[in-house]
Amino acid sequence: MSTPFRFDPIELPAECEALRQEVRAFIADELGAGRWVPNSDFGSHRAADFSRRLGARGWIGMTWPKRYGGAERSFLERYTVTEELLAAGAPVGCHWIADRQSGPLLLRYGSDAQREQFLPGITRGEIFFAIGMSEPDSGSDLASIRTRATPACGGYEVTGAKVWTSYAHESHYAITLVRTGPAEADRHRGLTQLILDLTAPGVTIRPIHNLAGEHDFNEIVLDRVFVPSGMLVGQEGEGWRQVTSELAFERSGPERFLSSHQVLCGLVGRAGANPEPAQGEALGRMAARLWTLRQMSLSVAGMLQAGESPNLEAALVKDLGGAYERGIPERARELARRSRGAATDRFEAALAEAILHAPSWTLRGGTREILRGIIARGLGLR
Amino acid sequence: MSDTILYDSAMRLFGDHVSPRILAAAETGSWAGPLWDAVTEAGYLDVLVEGPGGMVEATTILRAAGHHAAPIPLPETMLARWLCAAAGVEAPAGSLTIALLNPGDPIGRAGPAPWGRTAIALAVVAGSTLCLAGRDQVRFEPGRNLAGEPRDRLLGIVSAPPVPLSGAVSAETVRGIGALMRSAQMAGAMEAALELSTRYANDRVQFGRAIGKFQAIQQQMALLAEEAAAALVAVESAARSVAGARPSAELAVAAAKIRTGEAAGSVAEIAHQVHGAIGFTAEHSLHHLTRRLWSWRDEFGDEAYWAAALGRRVAAAGPEGLWNLITRP
Repeated sequence: MSTPFRFDPIELPAECEALRQEVRAFIADELGAGRWVPNSDFGSHRAADFSRRLGARGWIGMTWPKRYGGAERSFLERYTVTEELLAAGAPVGCHWIADRQSGPLLLRYGSDAQREQFLPGITRGEIFFAIGMSEPDSGSDLASIRTRATPACGGYEVTGAKVWTSYAHESHYAITLVRTGPAEADRHRGLTQLILDLTAPGVTIRPIHNLAGEHDFNEIVLDRVFVPSGMLVGQEGEGWRQVTSELAFERSGPERFLSSHQVLCGLVGRAGANPEPAQGEALGRMAARLWTLRQMSLSVAGMLQAGESPNLEAALVKDLGGAYERGIPERARELARRSRGAATDRFEAALAEAILHAPSWTLRGGTREILRGIIARGLGLR
Repeated sequence: MSDTILYDSAMRLFGDHVSPRILAAAETGSWAGPLWDAVTEAGYLDVLVEGPGGMVEATTILRAAGHHAAPIPLPETMLARWLCAAAGVEAPAGSLTIALLNPGDPIGRAGPAPWGRTAIALAVVAGSTLCLAGRDQVRFEPGRNLAGEPRDRLLGIVSAPPVPLSGAVSAETVRGIGALMRSAQMAGAMEAALELSTRYANDRVQFGRAIGKFQAIQQQMALLAEEAAAALVAVESAARSVAGARPSAELAVAAAKIRTGEAAGSVAEIAHQVHGAIGFTAEHSLHHLTRRLWSWRDEFGDEAYWAAALGRRVAAAGPEGLWNLITRP
C-alpha cells in the first residue's frame, strides 16, 4: 500500500514571474485610478468594464487557441494571473464562470460553431455565463435533477427550475444540465448539457437574496423554453461525464483559499510592525497555512497542465482551503484591535463581508461533506 | 538518482530493518546495529555533507525513515557530518549528534542532545563556531522524549576547542535545517498513520460492516488525509527551496515546521480515534508513530517558536508586502 495522493513538485517557469510583475503593474494602475476597491469574495464583485479591460490585455481565456480569441498561454500562466487578481481583490465576477468553466467546456466538448459564437466574446469580456445545475430538490445529489428537455422541431423544449444560479440576472447564457433520458435505469445516464440563452421566451429569472441582503442567487424558471439543437454541448446523455470530468479545475484554484485574504491583509495592518506576541504567533500560523495551501494548489495546477486528472488532490485542496478561509475572520475578530461600528473602515468592511459570506465558502463547488466523501473513496474506504 | 527511486529504495531499506521487535528493543536501550550499518552502507549519512544543497535527498530519506519510525540518530548524524565539513574537521565514523547553544549561553542551556549517550561524538554549535567533543569528553544527564528516544541533557564538556564554521552557518541555520528534518520525519510518520488507519477502517467490522463504511469515520479519515497531505507538500516545497538557496527558504522552513507540527497533533488524534482501544495498547504498533509525532513537533523549535519567527516576517512585510512574501520563488 502506498500513499493514495500524489502532489508532484512544481516550479513556476520564468515567464510566469515576468507575467506576475505585469499583472501587479496593471493592478497598481487600476487602484491608482480608483477604478475599484479591493474586496474579498471573488464571485460577488463584478464590473463589466473591468472584465473588458482584462480582456483587452489577453487575460481572459488566456490558455485558449488564438483563433477563438485566446492567447495560447499555459495553464500555469493563467494560474499566475488569477492568483494575483484574487489576492488584490479585483472585481473578476463578470467573466469568472465563462473563463474558468464554460469556455473550457466548449473547447473540450462544444462544436466549432459554438466555439466561434461564444469564445471570442468571452475573451473580450463581453459575454458572461452562469451555471444552471442545482434545482429546488437537487443540491449535492445533482444526478436527481428533474428539469427535462424533450425533442421539439429543430431542438429541445425545456421545462423545469434551477436555483442558486449566481448572477443569472447579469449574465447572457447559462450552461444548463437537463434530463433527456429516463432516470430509472442509471441516474447518471440521460443527463445533457445545453447552452441556455437567458433572454429566451419562457425564461423567468427571480432573485433570491442572500443573508447579507445581496442579490447574487437566482431561481430560473423554464416554461417550455425552446433551445435550438445547435446549443447542445457535446453528446446527448453524456452530461454527467462532461460535468464531472473537469472538477479538478474548479476545486483546486487560488479562489479556494483567498476568499478572506483582504481580512488577513487588514489584520496584518492592524497588528502593525511590532505585533503583540499572541498576534505575531497567530499571523505566523496563518501565513504557514496560506503558504502551504498555495504550494498544494500550484502542484495540482502543474498536474493539470501536464494533462492529468488529480481529482482526489483537488478535493483535498478545496476542503483544506475552505477551512482556512473560514478560519481567518474568526481569528481576526479575536486578534484585531477593532474600531467597532466604523462602516468606512476597510478592515471592518472586509471582516463584515467575510463573516456574512463565509457559510457559502464551504458549500459552493461541492460541500465539505461531499468533498470528504470523495476523499474517503480516494483513500479506498467504502 | 531521482527522488522517487531514492524514496522507494529507502522505504525498502527501512522496511527490511525496522520491526516492532527492534523498536521495542531500541526503547530499552538496545542499539539497532544492522539498521545503522545499512544506512551507512547506503551512503545516507553523507547526503548533506556538502551543505543544504542536499536537502531534497535528505528529506526524501528522512520521510521514509519517519514512515518506519527508524530508531537511530540519522538526521543528527547527517547534520553533524555537514557541520564538521563546514568547519574543516574530519567527522569521526559512527553515530553523531548535535547540540545548539545561543551565543553567550552556558553549556547547560543547550537543548537536549538527541541520542547523546549513544553518539561517538557531539557537535556543539555556538554562534558560528563548532566544538566537536568525543563521548568521553561529555557529561550527560540521561533523558527521553515521549517516544522513548534518548534526549540527553548536556552537563559539561572537557576541552573541546571551538572551530569557526564557514559560510553563513550558525546555530539558527542549523536549527532550521534540523526543524525541516524533523518535519520530513513527521510527514513520513503521518503517511504511515494514514495507511494503518485506512487498513484498520477497512478490516474492522462493527454493526455488521467495516467501520470505514460509516460516514462518521470517512469524514475523520478525510481530515487525516488532508493533514498528512499538507505536511508532505510543505516539507517537499521547503526542501526544494532550501536546496536551491531561494529567497523563500527561511519562510519555507518556518512554514513547514509550523504546518507539520499542527498536522501531527490532528493526525495522531484521529488515527487513535479510528483505531479504538486496540490502538491504545503497547502491543499495537500505532504508538511508535504517534508518540514520535507528539515528540518531534516539539524538537528544533515547536510551532509557537517558528510562528513567532514567521509572524515577525509577516509584520515586517506589512499588508502591502504580505502577498509578495508568500509568492516569492
